[in-house]
Amino acid sequence: MGRRPLDSFLVSEPREITEQSVESAVAAALAAIASAGDSAALKAVRAEHTGEKSELAQLNAQLRNVPNDQKAALGKLVGGARGRVNQAFTAREAEIVAAEAAAQLEAEALDVTALPSRITVGSRHPLTLLEDRVCDVFTGMGWEIAEGPEVESEWFNFDALNFDADHPARAMQDTFFVDPPEAHLVMRTHTSPVQVRSMLDREVPIYVLAPGRVYRTDEFDATHLPVFMQFEGLAVDKGLTMAHLKGTLDHFVKSIFGDEAKVRLRPSYFPFTEPSAELDFWHPTFKTGPRWIEWGGCGMVHPNVLRSAGIDPEVYTGFAFGMGIERGLMLRNDVQDMREMVEGDIRFSQQFGMVV
Amino acid sequence: MRVPLSWLAEYVELVPGTTPEQVHAALVEVGLEEEDVHTFDLVGPIVVGEVLEFVEEPQTNGKTIRWCQVRVAPDGETAADGGEAVHGIVCGARNFFVGDKVVVTLPGAVLPGPFPIAARKTYGHVSDGMIASARELGLGEDHDGILRLSTLGIDAPVGTDAIALLGLDDTAVELNVTPDRGYAFSIRGVAREYAHATGARFRDPVGEIEPTDVAADAFPVVIDDRAPIRGNLASQAFATRIVRGVDPTRPTPAWMIARLKLAGIRSVSLLVDITNYVMLELGQPIHGYDLDALRGGIVVRRAVQGEPFTTLDGKARTLHAEDVVVTDDRGPIGLAGVMGGAETEMGESTTNVLIEAAHWDPVSIARTARRHKLPSEAAKRYERGVDPTIGAVAVARVAQLMVDLAGGTADQGGSVIQTAPERAAILLPDGYVTRVTGIESTVEEVHDALAEIGGVVTRVDGGFSVVPPTWRPDLTGREELVEEVARLGGYERIPSILPVAPPGRGLTRSQRIRRRVAEVLAAGGATEVLSFPFANAEENARYGSVDGGPVASVKLANALDASNALLRRSLLPGLIGAAKRNRSRGLVDLALFELGLVFLPEDGRVYGSSELPAGGALPSDDEIAALDAGIPPQPRHVAALFVGDAVTKQPGQAAVPAGIVDALDAVRRIGLATGAEFEVVHGSHHAMHPGRTAELRVAGRSVGFAGELLPSIAEEADLPRVVAVLEIDLDAVIELAEPQPEAQAIGTFPAATQDLSLLVAADVPAGVVAASVREGAGALLEELHLVDDYRGAGVPEGSKSLTFALRFRAPDRTLTAAEASEAKLAGAALAGERTGAAIRE
Repeated sequence: MGRRPLDSFLVSEPREITEQSVESAVAAALAAIASAGDSAALKAVRAEHTGEKSELAQLNAQLRNVPNDQKAALGKLVGGARGRVNQAFTAREAEIVAAEAAAQLEAEALDVTALPSRITVGSRHPLTLLEDRVCDVFTGMGWEIAEGPEVESEWFNFDALNFDADHPARAMQDTFFVDPPEAHLVMRTHTSPVQVRSMLDREVPIYVLAPGRVYRTDEFDATHLPVFMQFEGLAVDKGLTMAHLKGTLDHFVKSIFGDEAKVRLRPSYFPFTEPSAELDFWHPTFKTGPRWIEWGGCGMVHPNVLRSAGIDPEVYTGFAFGMGIERGLMLRNDVQDMREMVEGDIRFSQQFGMVV
Repeated sequence: MRVPLSWLAEYVELVPGTTPEQVHAALVEVGLEEEDVHTFDLVGPIVVGEVLEFVEEPQTNGKTIRWCQVRVAPDGETAADGGEAVHGIVCGARNFFVGDKVVVTLPGAVLPGPFPIAARKTYGHVSDGMIASARELGLGEDHDGILRLSTLGIDAPVGTDAIALLGLDDTAVELNVTPDRGYAFSIRGVAREYAHATGARFRDPVGEIEPTDVAADAFPVVIDDRAPIRGNLASQAFATRIVRGVDPTRPTPAWMIARLKLAGIRSVSLLVDITNYVMLELGQPIHGYDLDALRGGIVVRRAVQGEPFTTLDGKARTLHAEDVVVTDDRGPIGLAGVMGGAETEMGESTTNVLIEAAHWDPVSIARTARRHKLPSEAAKRYERGVDPTIGAVAVARVAQLMVDLAGGTADQGGSVIQTAPERAAILLPDGYVTRVTGIESTVEEVHDALAEIGGVVTRVDGGFSVVPPTWRPDLTGREELVEEVARLGGYERIPSILPVAPPGRGLTRSQRIRRRVAEVLAAGGATEVLSFPFANAEENARYGSVDGGPVASVKLANALDASNALLRRSLLPGLIGAAKRNRSRGLVDLALFELGLVFLPEDGRVYGSSELPAGGALPSDDEIAALDAGIPPQPRHVAALFVGDAVTKQPGQAAVPAGIVDALDAVRRIGLATGAEFEVVHGSHHAMHPGRTAELRVAGRSVGFAGELLPSIAEEADLPRVVAVLEIDLDAVIELAEPQPEAQAIGTFPAATQDLSLLVAADVPAGVVAASVREGAGALLEELHLVDDYRGAGVPEGSKSLTFALRFRAPDRTLTAAEASEAKLAGAALAGERTGAAIRE
């Protein structure tokens, strides 16, 4: 470090104030300051060169003993010397603080790619995420989201929806019946019973979307699940026509599949709608190229359904539609096998995180 | 419905070269959705050959083959495969003779499979092609020997293209027929729809057949229905016809076999094939009786409850009083509209035939077909509705084919009963089509569309009076007529208008909370899964009962898996199943959660309704209340499962195994998302670790539990010893939570912090001590948390030292240390009073 032991000054003689002695003390101080490598060394240097026993302090003390006529000149000499040393000291201190701060930061550096995480992140299921998105589109239009039981009375699931007890349409639903069948309870085959409940619970105008789980006795394979999710829309108001149905569906598919998407209706049959239609939509981003894809059914609410809910079909008309969420996810996010949606393998949900 | 195009073309103009895809595209526009395309899948050259000679050659494998010389082209000409006119062919079958005409698949041909034919060495010869069996050609099931053309009544010149000769060049389109369109289960109906779709000219086969006059009672038939269902007679139309002197052994013509095959019906025998053929063509199911096996006339009646009857599939059945039977003097000879009986069916010795074309009440047939699990081709048509006016035409068509193809003679014997009432007219007001569809349809368009579908359309004041065609029982009201007009005009004419709903209020509170619960659990490290809600009795008892004993469950009558026929009472079995599946796939550190319904019927209560109100009318409030009361409770639960490491081993971070701590953290997150304040107390549950289970309460009510499964249960489920779970009745939590928190002013005066160490018996829960301190310290105590639970040196055996960090603050002044100490001591005093805790010096 190039500094002398402190006790060497204890035996030194008082010096006379001369330019040489002052300059010599300053030079020694500046050299020591410059050579101080860290704040501890600098602190020692400070004590040595500016402390009470330092050369400059002693020279300063000699000022008492100089003749008055020299006091001013020598005072200036010694004061200037002390100022230069203090300045050098301050400058060096700043340098050392900066260097030490930099060194500390360097020492604290971590490999940010090797850090532990304390909270694992999980994920939502893409089906419920897509369900949420669908709901958001409709609440954005002012619609309500309606819900109902999954074990449902046959009256709500079939009779109120214009399914005749003996009509083959009732058989085409592949219904799970609750034991004993004479109790007329079923696993709802669609969320349409919620439509009936909505009409019973609310005053017209009614604009509701009913999402939820539904059940069919389908085998479990890549494109069929016995338990799946659906969303059905129902609007009952004065003056509604199939044009409003189509307008709603057009808006919806654009919201979910992009502005290029659009809807095409094809004649079909459902007991609870007349006229009825299958709905295809133009999928602009389908993996193998844009094309028409079948996604659900829709139509104008059958007058018998309105009557079942006590709504006068002479005054009001309604439209309804229903789509499967699983199929929506397959089409939108290119899921190939429906079974992956219900097996609970975390890798399936984790592909999506919280975004669908 | 499968429709061979050659057949379709007989009744509607089909431009030559029209592809099956084009036919599908046209039909889908009017509501007949495409399902599939069927062909015989044959590639030529496949020709008629003549067996000139053969040598039988026994083989070492025990077989005897025939080395045949077969002429496949006229003498001096080149064969269709470019080879010689006579081919040497090895044949394994031995059912043919020299001089037989056969079907030869020449090298280059491809049979279904695909099975390409090439000259190949076999049994010491080069077999230059193959002699085909009926099954190899796709014509039938017969594989006992090769197809001899003489058995089909065919004698065509050698070298003739056999594919065209046998009608194997035809293609069928398969359509999905919705349940309202019974008439589309016929060539007649599909041809009409094709005409609607394309404008092509339609010829109604019914209009081309002249029903021969028969004396109305030349064969005695009586309809004696004393118990009509819903007031509808079992039969309102019944036609019969007698054909005598048929030769039942004659072959069915190849073209008929080919069409039936493409339509999905196997050729059985000429007489049966004819009845099936006419059913497909006209949509009218036909039954043929061996006239000589009948005893007396026919009486149609309801069965006697328990009456036995053997259908022609050989099954003995016990009839229900609602079933309709066709009887003769001996008793039932047919289950009306569903299946005939074995004793009177047409067989190999039948020479005189009674043909029956009846119209049956759809409801009656539907119930019988379902009751006896007999979804026959006839029943399928009857329950969807058959044209009640074509029975006489249908029997005439069958008679004509039996005369032409089976050598019979149709006489005047037969009968016609026709009591079906005229259909009522439907009034369609002007503008109604527009009111429903938004399509601006002119009066002319409406008229023309309804006339085109076969309706009788009459102009009346302000609209049209429309009598629907007899083959359209589905057209029962004006909405149905609207659909007809709309689909004939094309649905693409429907405009697109976005309706404006009244301003909404967004999601409900419950919906918002549930979404938030899923989000915080996911953000907190858990992955959402969706399990099937099916369970077994053991699972429901273990996780869904109070004491682990038997518990009421909703049971499915027709579960896919009989061992899982109940609905879940708990979400945990689904999560345990998912955990097992993940672990079996090498994913061992798991945090899973699910939100879903559980089904909680009460023990001893009967659910459901024995009677349902009718559809189409508003039930009374009492009726609706009764329906709702019959539905078992199905609240929404949330559950989570943690197994493996909660934090995995990482640089500078030891692994943290999952446990009850993770379950309780998740509970706190659920509390955050729901706004509910969960009280955690020691709990017990028969499936849970007795010392590691917390009961969860909101507003004093128990809403669920969290903790670790009993190690024995975890291990039984092939999971590690420590499996932490929670299950909460989310609906209850949402109901109990404060819907709208009230804000407290935030104090800004300095806080005073102090620690408090209390000695207390080791079995006193820290939560109880903390609650006492909190209560005793009063309003000045802003926050308290447990910082240490120490046992060991310096603490008496059986005791523990709990250290709490306390933060005090006053809303209106700076607290002095003395004030804080006083409050702390008050807290300690109350804890001492309640739990025996003493300040540890």
